Amino acid sequence: MTRVGRAGEPNRLKIAVEDRAPASLVHLEGDVDLNVSPVLRKQLKDLVASRAAMIVVDMSDVPYIDSSGVATLVECLQGVSRYGGKLHLASLRQQTRSVFEISRLDSVFSIFPTVEEALKA
Amino acid sequence: MGCDADQNNVIRLSVPSDAAVMAVVRALVDKMASLAGFDENQRSRIVLAIDEACTNIIRHQYEGRTDGRLDIETRLCMDEGLEFVLRDYGPTRDPALFRGRDLADVRPGGLGIHIIREVMDSVEYGDAPGGGMQLRLRKAIPASTD
Repeated sequence: MTRVGRAGEPNRLKIAVEDRAPASLVHLEGDVDLNVSPVLRKQLKDLVASRAAMIVVDMSDVPYIDSSGVATLVECLQGVSRYGGKLHLASLRQQTRSVFEISRLDSVFSIFPTVEEALKA
Repeated sequence: MGCDADQNNVIRLSVPSDAAVMAVVRALVDKMASLAGFDENQRSRIVLAIDEACTNIIRHQYEGRTDGRLDIETRLCMDEGLEFVLRDYGPTRDPALFRGRDLADVRPGGLGIHIIREVMDSVEYGDAPGGGMQLRLRKAIPASTD
């Protein structure tokens, strides 16, 4: 598990990657903001570099995402699309879904109500 | 007394230009929006807009440096709504150059300004006294359903 953020900071993000072959399940816990999105970006870039067939991002424990977090996911989506892979987002809370809607990106991403549905799709 | 003249309803916060402290700013904005009567969905959108405005200042006015200063002033006025004034001490820039990207062009980045303008009712950039930029953002109080 990766923890992002200095000790004592108000926001720390936990990133855990689980092998659910053929998918890689990325569980996030915490706010995805400008402070932590660079480390998430690196984690996702590593998965794209390994040509993961499917990346499922479990966002059930993400209370907040900003445009830097969304940009990180857009970059990952473009990366997997280049080799025919898939990026699925699962279990978005109201705030995170709202950000995708405001950005007109809710129709660009494959968004699923649950992780299990995202893994099966 | 007009809202602008009443200093009793103003809260001021001065923070470093460090994304690590934005969670504190978000908590303040959420509380102010709650006091103003916004529902959870509207609160989360206002929090996002102000956060985007602050992180734009960190990225563009301070170019990621964490030793800058960002002053946040928030005022709740039932007549005029919820107001935020963000003041930085970076360079003076032409606000006409602050443009988001075309949303149809899907690529990373360029969403912050679009989000700010989509959520807030009024967005005014200006020069700050003594240098830097000042951004004034307003959101009208929702009509009572009583």
